[in-house]
Amino acid sequence: MAGHLAVEDVLRPDRLRIELLDNPIIKIEDVTKIYKLGNIEVVALNNVSFTINRGEIISIMGPSGSGKSTLMNILGCLDITSAGNYYLEGLNVSAMKDNQLAEIRNKKVGFVFQTYNLLPRSTAWSNVELPLLYSNASNIKLKVSTALSQVGLTDRAHHKPTELSGGQQQRVGIARALVKNPSILLADEPTGNLDSESGNEIMKIIQNLNRETGLTVIIVTHETSIAKYTDRIISVLDGSIVSDIRQKAATVTT
Amino acid sequence: MTLWATFMTALNSLSANRLRAFLALLGIIIGVSAVISLMSIGRGSQATITDRIQNLGTNLLSISPQPDEVLTLEDAFSLIDPIHTPSVKAVAPQISTSGTLIAGKERRRTQIIGTTPEALSVRSFTMKSGTFISVPHVTDSQEVIVLGSQVATDLFGDRDSVGEYIRINSKRYTIIGILAPEGGTSFGSVDRQAMVPITTAYYRILGDKTVHGEIPVQSINVEAHNHTLMEKASEEIQVLLRLRHKISDEDDFVILNLSDVIETLEETTQTIVIFLGIIAGISLLVAGIGIMNIMLVSVTERTREIGIRKAMGATKQDILFQFVTESVLLSFVGGIIGIVFGIGISQLINGMNLGNQMLRTVISYDIALLALLVSSAIGLFFGIYPAIRASALHPIDALRYE
Ligand SMILES: Nc1ncnc2c1ncn2[C@@H]1O[C@H](COP(=O)(O)OP(=O)(O)OP(=O)(O)O)[C@@H](O)[C@H]1O
Ligand SMILES: [Mg+2]
Repeated sequence: MAGHLAVEDVLRPDRLRIELLDNPIIKIEDVTKIYKLGNIEVVALNNVSFTINRGEIISIMGPSGSGKSTLMNILGCLDITSAGNYYLEGLNVSAMKDNQLAEIRNKKVGFVFQTYNLLPRSTAWSNVELPLLYSNASNIKLKVSTALSQVGLTDRAHHKPTELSGGQQQRVGIARALVKNPSILLADEPTGNLDSESGNEIMKIIQNLNRETGLTVIIVTHETSIAKYTDRIISVLDGSIVSDIRQKAATVTT
Repeated sequence: MTLWATFMTALNSLSANRLRAFLALLGIIIGVSAVISLMSIGRGSQATITDRIQNLGTNLLSISPQPDEVLTLEDAFSLIDPIHTPSVKAVAPQISTSGTLIAGKERRRTQIIGTTPEALSVRSFTMKSGTFISVPHVTDSQEVIVLGSQVATDLFGDRDSVGEYIRINSKRYTIIGILAPEGGTSFGSVDRQAMVPITTAYYRILGDKTVHGEIPVQSINVEAHNHTLMEKASEEIQVLLRLRHKISDEDDFVILNLSDVIETLEETTQTIVIFLGIIAGISLLVAGIGIMNIMLVSVTERTREIGIRKAMGATKQDILFQFVTESVLLSFVGGIIGIVFGIGISQLINGMNLGNQMLRTVISYDIALLALLVSSAIGLFFGIYPAIRASALHPIDALRYE
């Protein structure tokens, strides 16, 4: 159980030291991901290391096929590394078993997909409620309605995905990621399928979350117009980090 | 995930795809109801045949002549002989023909049996009303008739027709009695026969002359004193008839032991039941394949759903449990509806007329339970197959599944 692990591991002195020194929420060390297709090996990530601190808002950029999604899926515990270590809030995720990973996905990571990945036949409400059903959460109704109002969808709660616009579907996706009050929000090209106006609305919601609640956010994007709203840009090329730049983030205006 | 949440998730997921749920349900319903109704027909005909044979009596031997040979009335009565045939209790020779019975505007073609008073005890008939054929009727070849219950109803409805007349070949016959229904349901049952004195049948209906002053009979029913004396009675009869016919080589008659016939027939009906069982099993299997099809067609959609659920924190066990619950719900509900349908069909076709056969069904609850279990197993197996595969994937692989 990841829950037990959390208590034990956080209390271990070495973990505690990391927490106290620079407060990193994410630390990856020499992470490599290799896909095997028959006898061809595709190195999607090659010895990637970096640290992300609590409260940062970061964008990951790079050309198509450079390994951005692969990296995000590993950070979101949707996929596992081939080599290297991944620490999330001091816990060694790369050593975890299936059910511990499920608990991390359930409680600590909010993941927003480019293609939304909503349950097609369930309402916005049911989709947002989903993570709470897999934890023994209390106050489910309050949490779901809060999350839906955070993304401005209170009046669309009982619509199914097919009855919502792309932007609205993505906002359901964000509400679903937020409802469990996660430690980090990961968004893989959240505006990739949206027009610039809807995209801006999404970015405004995300930026506000970061600024008002201190939520740590990582966004994958192709567009500099999105990246400018973050205060750190990590660039990836062919599975390796080629630059890691801090900047002053612009404020989203609509 | 709590049990209640799992149940609600399964229920929501089923109602979210009503068509899929309905088709799977339909497969189970058809499979289960087919098994139940087919098996009830099988068991029904088995019961019919066993009943009918039991009605004939288990102490009964039946003697008939070999082709081109003759058994006479004399032969029949010679078997009542305390010295040569001590095991024989009674004999009832018979001639069988057919004719049209006319009562007013009603006419029925039936089998007419020429018989003797002993038939009442040998064949263990019961009278519904009136009396059976008596000795004077036979000696004087009187024009009297005893009707089977179905024949009486066909000609006279519910009215007690004892004392009334019917015509056969424009001769008038007095109805002296009506037999109680035997319950045997198909052609050949006494319910659909009429009985006249054996001499009447011979002289008046067949209009034949005697052969060397003898009346030939078609068969002789012999009642033994009890069931254990059947073999012995058969041997005694054989010896006596061979003496009478002065035979040194092959018998010119055949002795049929009805309890042997019962065994053979019971084996035959058992085969019918097994055969129907196989058909029923096949229909259940076909239903199972239908369910499998529906489940497999939706495997892409369901794999993505599993990916989403796992991405949101569902464990492998959560997923499996949801799918098991869905399948059990489907097959249980389908099984119950199937049982209700199957029993309904069985009751509906019970007593239905098929030509001159009456269909009889016996519902067996053990079969109903078995069908329910098998259909649940099929639903469970095919329902959780995609879940077992998909729940083992990393969430991202399930999400990417095409
Ligand atoms: N499941 C997979 N099996 C095999 N190879 C894969 C798989 N997923 C990704 N790859 C390969 O890994 C590399 C990185 O892919 P990834 O999806 O991470 O790129 P990306 O940076 O997200 O690209 P895009 O901007 O187009 O989304 C690519 O070369 C890709 O072909
Ligand atoms: Mg990508």
